Amino acid sequence: MARIIVVTSGKGGVGKTTTSAAIAMGLAKRGHKTAVIDFDVGLRNLDLIMGCERRVVYDLVNVINNEATLNQALIRDKRCDQLFILPASQTRDKDALTTEGVGKILEELSKDFKYIVCDSPAGIERGATLAMYFADDAFVVTNPEVSSVRDSDRMLGILSSKSRRAENGEEPIKEYLLLSRYSPDRVKLGEMLSVDDVQEILSLHLLGVIPESKSVLNASNSGTPVILDEQSDAGQAYADIVARYLGETKPHRFIEEEKKGLLSKLFGSK
Amino acid sequence: MSTGAPTSQKTALEFKSTSLTVPVLLLASNDMSLIDQQLKEKVIQAPEFFKNSPLLIDLQKLNAQNLPIDFTEIVAIVRQHGFMPIGLRGGNEKQNGDALAMNLPQHSLHGSNVPLVNKVPAKTLPTPAPEEQKQASQSIENKLVTQPIRSGQRVYAKGDLIVTATVSAGAEIMAEGNIHIYGSLRGRALAGVLGNVNSRIFCSDLQAELISIAGIYQLSDDLSKYPAHKPVQISLDNQTLIIKDI
Repeated sequence: MARIIVVTSGKGGVGKTTTSAAIAMGLAKRGHKTAVIDFDVGLRNLDLIMGCERRVVYDLVNVINNEATLNQALIRDKRCDQLFILPASQTRDKDALTTEGVGKILEELSKDFKYIVCDSPAGIERGATLAMYFADDAFVVTNPEVSSVRDSDRMLGILSSKSRRAENGEEPIKEYLLLSRYSPDRVKLGEMLSVDDVQEILSLHLLGVIPESKSVLNASNSGTPVILDEQSDAGQAYADIVARYLGETKPHRFIEEEKKGLLSKLFGSK
Repeated sequence: MSTGAPTSQKTALEFKSTSLTVPVLLLASNDMSLIDQQLKEKVIQAPEFFKNSPLLIDLQKLNAQNLPIDFTEIVAIVRQHGFMPIGLRGGNEKQNGDALAMNLPQHSLHGSNVPLVNKVPAKTLPTPAPEEQKQASQSIENKLVTQPIRSGQRVYAKGDLIVTATVSAGAEIMAEGNIHIYGSLRGRALAGVLGNVNSRIFCSDLQAELISIAGIYQLSDDLSKYPAHKPVQISLDNQTLIIKDI
């Protein structure tokens, strides 16, 4: 049985798709057969971040409408043969998604995948609620600012009341906090919420902190999940997150301000 | 019957005014079967909530459009659905007379547009309605919540509500009795929502958006002078919320 992970936030622009791409690639690189599904029907982005936009033939909605089989729609990643992408439809809207359709796809994928990563759209409407409905684990991506924290809190409420697990009275979805676009020097100046502030409000298990990093935008533009950029701080942060999710103990990094040494001056990117 | 000087007697009673939060049935049609059907649908959605609930019947809209309605009939219908009508407002002479014949008082339209929580201390209904006094002793259903109450969630307890986690900003918790919060209160907490002025709110960290007891409320602006991270209790004394350290 596959483990279904939803990457969600409520608010837009916090890094859900970047996270989905990185986590999926990270899990696949460790040898776990992983599928990543874009639920943002109408605003398809995951294919760009994964760099497979030229290879999209069929999409999620085609499979739901039985216009294509799952195997036809899944795109195998060129860098890692354990990773498959199921893109969203760009020409439809979220009403094209049905609970039965999504359930059927996830059930079929569960047969031979180890992990299924669902990239949720922003908002709390149909696309987002369907992306999380079948989940076992939830990665709640939050930026260290008040509106993002409140939206995440709202999403956590929905996760605990409107998921399949909640409706069937099963063990609740495991929720993890991923704090993204974190900038320790701005926290120090009091311009940004600290890790402790966010955790106090959300009372959630922290899976990792992803620092604000130029490498993320570069990675997105080049269609490479940032986790493949092993030199970058964001790439390392995601690698740590994958390791922690798989049960390894790794100390948290990128929370404290980095000492400006010779090395950081040489590399320059922060 | 005592005819002696009242000063030497212990006071057996006193009249006080209170403002209560009571559901109002605002009628917009005089089609009895339609009303009956739609009431039924509403009650099915929350049968426990509506069971034996006091209800004020508002005929203002109907009378404004000159739609005649038999008040006796409407009372029979709402009773069938488990409500306890406590009077009417906005009725015409005939309807007011019918109500009086059924021992149901006529309420003033005063404050009819004020949302539930906006009841200000000064505003009170002139006629005391004896049926509104729900006995706290009958069927107390306390509720215990151990998970954080997240933004956008609402929790309602028919008795006391006990929360052993945080109540997030944007969440709303309501109880007909007392509220206890053993975490941070950042959302809204409304105790004594059916008008129990003796209910209280206890919390270990007060950062609330709004607190209310029996409809008397204070917003976070008024609360900012109280330090956070300190256990407090909130009670109602003479239409004023009192916040004290525990």
